[in-house]
Amino acid sequence: MSVTIEINGEAREVDVAEDTPLLWVLRDHLGLTGTKYGCGVAQCGACTVHVDGVPRRACVTPVASVSGKSVVTIEGVEGPEADAVRSAWVELAVPQCGYCQSGQIMSAVALLRSRPTPSDEDIDRGMAGNICRCATYVRIRRAIGRAAGRSEGDEE
Amino acid sequence: MLGVVLRARTRADAPGPLSDVAGGDATPDLWIALEDDGTARITCHRSEMGQQTWTAMCQLVAEELEIPWDRVVVEQAVGDAKYGDQNTDGSRSVRQNFTRLRIAGAAMRQMLEQAAATEWGVSPRQCKGIQGEVVHTGSERKLPYGQLAAAAARLTPPTERRIQLKDPSEWRYVSKPTPSLTIPSIVRGEGTFGIDVRLPDMLHAVIARPPQVLGSVRSYDDTATRAVAGVVQTVELPTLEAPVGFKPLGGVAVIARDTWSAIRGRAELQVEWDPGPNGSYDSQTYEAELLRKVREPGRARRARGDTMAALESAHQRVSAEYYVPHLAHSTMEPPAATARWDGDRVECWACTQNPQAARRTVAEVCGVPEAQVTVHVTWLGGGFGRKSKQDFVAEAALLAREVGKPVKVTWTREDELRHGYYHTVSAQRLEGALDDAGKCTAFLHRTVFPPIASTFQAGASEPGWGDLRLGASDTPFAVPNLLLETGEAEAHVRIGWLRSVANIYHAFAVQSFVAELAHAAGRDPKDMLLELIGPPRRVDPRREGAEYDNYGSSMETHPVDTGRLRTVTEMVAELADWGRPLPEGHGLGIAAHRSFTSYVATVVEVAMVDERLTIPAVWSVMDAGTVVNTDHALSQLEGGTLFGLSNALYGEITARDGAVVQDNFPRWRVMRMGESPPRMEVRLVLSGAPPGGVGEPPTPPAAPALANAIFAATGTRVRRLPVFGADRRDRLGGDR
Repeated sequence: MSVTIEINGEAREVDVAEDTPLLWVLRDHLGLTGTKYGCGVAQCGACTVHVDGVPRRACVTPVASVSGKSVVTIEGVEGPEADAVRSAWVELAVPQCGYCQSGQIMSAVALLRSRPTPSDEDIDRGMAGNICRCATYVRIRRAIGRAAGRSEGDEE
Repeated sequence: MLGVVLRARTRADAPGPLSDVAGGDATPDLWIALEDDGTARITCHRSEMGQQTWTAMCQLVAEELEIPWDRVVVEQAVGDAKYGDQNTDGSRSVRQNFTRLRIAGAAMRQMLEQAAATEWGVSPRQCKGIQGEVVHTGSERKLPYGQLAAAAARLTPPTERRIQLKDPSEWRYVSKPTPSLTIPSIVRGEGTFGIDVRLPDMLHAVIARPPQVLGSVRSYDDTATRAVAGVVQTVELPTLEAPVGFKPLGGVAVIARDTWSAIRGRAELQVEWDPGPNGSYDSQTYEAELLRKVREPGRARRARGDTMAALESAHQRVSAEYYVPHLAHSTMEPPAATARWDGDRVECWACTQNPQAARRTVAEVCGVPEAQVTVHVTWLGGGFGRKSKQDFVAEAALLAREVGKPVKVTWTREDELRHGYYHTVSAQRLEGALDDAGKCTAFLHRTVFPPIASTFQAGASEPGWGDLRLGASDTPFAVPNLLLETGEAEAHVRIGWLRSVANIYHAFAVQSFVAELAHAAGRDPKDMLLELIGPPRRVDPRREGAEYDNYGSSMETHPVDTGRLRTVTEMVAELADWGRPLPEGHGLGIAAHRSFTSYVATVVEVAMVDERLTIPAVWSVMDAGTVVNTDHALSQLEGGTLFGLSNALYGEITARDGAVVQDNFPRWRVMRMGESPPRMEVRLVLSGAPPGGVGEPPTPPAAPALANAIFAATGTRVRRLPVFGADRRDRLGGDR
């Protein structure tokens, strides 16, 4: 069937089975490969996107369920929180292999939008759904702190 | 693209003066293409999987070339023997290329200086390449590299004797936190991983593989599969025959127009499997068998003094047995590869750690000459040794030929966990003799595990020197009596390398046992460890019967140096303020280990409060000799340590009826944000020694430091990993 969805501010029409997860529509049909497959069962967070501003696991989100909603991926996420997160990620050299980092960044941006000055507990909770096998957690925590405007001295 | 001038000379030319320097071919045009706008395209022949080898390899070339860092563009090499060893495994990229890539950069800079000297009619000694320009020291004259490239290309590279490398005090990029060449793309979701490859007209495959290794398809029914929208066809793959090597596992592939249709089609597939020779493997039963075996005398592999006699006559005799289960790599990007045939030639794109092996495997499996196989290397979403094995690349090549279109094979997480090349299972027994002063006088280490050789040679069951050199045959302890023994064990799943490999279980047992000896003697574990490491000296296991290849490095340049092991141990103890009073329920554990010619010591603090275990802090110090990128080395030290802790806390793959039980997160569990230590302090010892490995050495000391901390905090000694087995789902830290 044909489904129309709004991706990164642009209406896109795709012809897929309506139970097709958003993840595979983004990757295979729209060529937006920044959103990653990691588990297919909403356990690792590599596929995190924003649906109407809320972080969602694209691997378990049927494409039909986002019809008429606004989907934002790593390729399209912008605004002051996204800028601050990207800058902190680069300055602190957070990523190693980088594969999970699209999802980490999408979760971090959503966290900062809901809690502009998150505590360490807020960060642990907000980022609990995102696995990093390179285990860059220490730098992710520090980078979110920096993106939230915390000074280095506050972090130790 | 205009202006790629220095690449104009082909490699088919007679070997040049730099084609055989230490480490391989350093001929500049193999590594650098200088464009007339001043861009330097630098070839990276190693695979980028998060260790930042793109950045490190380019730092080495750019340092001596004297090119501004923002003019560097990376070109990923295909698999080709002309680059020398491309197997990105064993923490060797910097060790093997530290000198030759600097030579390549310096050679090109000297050719540019020569070209400028000719242009100006002055001596080349007065011409100096500085940040993309050649400057005449006697005047104000300058020429940008881009304008000199064509003239320099006509020159013959200097001989190695005439190459002048910078003094380390002049380094701009090396041993500095030079910015990453990958991270700015990563944060925008750019960059192509193996799973991201897209070709025109490409089809997608997922494969139903035999649950047991060497199992096969008896029959299958794809009626329901073919009824799934988007499914194109099914293809039965050849049955795997021993030895398994890097060959595909066999099974039935579902080919579809997109990945999801292939996944859905596979779910509808009815396959009757023949379990083959491994159908009765049960890892729980096998664990008991390994532990029985490790209590029997083994085969001596390294011996000093008379350990058995010393144990018999000991004032106090201490013994302990350890077990470490199978582990899975669980790279966040599962294996994925794409292939396209053009006549009898095939091009593959893959997240491979070893494109030359991929090329060889594809050629063998498809029955074509290697020259007809091209392997492009994508970014790797984690490697950890899984992507050193090329089965997934050969699957793509076979399927693309069969269906006559480009095919991408995607492994799902379930595939990755159930059909891996697992970290082997191991049982170890350690015995120690203590004298009446609490000093260790004899040390017995017996290790029993299915060796990695079983993957390449059917039935191989004897631990090899290649396994033992990973933390068993090179134990550097200052004891008069030392004995290493091995016992045989057969493999029933595919066994393979996993980040730091046998060091994981060997360091776990040896470094746990040091703390057990300390406890038995009523002494401080750090003091016992330092006493066993002994005074600064060089240890050579070959003098005591061991074959020892020292991770491929010379024993002259990269000796087993107990002084360096002492230093990292003392430094980490100081960093953690070892010996300070601790809150109720807290404990510190320490471990130190040399691997891949580098030295790492780690202290873990645990807290057991209300029956809940947390890790408030971790400290780790690494001496990896000369480090190319100080910030990225620290990142590896952080990540590699937590990788070790994650495996120690949660990592366990089990098998029943020959099939792996764990199929996805969280049944296969890895560390999450809230379980990582809130405080982590890492330091490098910049000892000035030749470079050692960086990617793997942080991992081995993590598990024993954790187990020793748990003992200090609770009095419970963890001798079987993981800490939280399948029956103990206690959660550390956060509340996910």
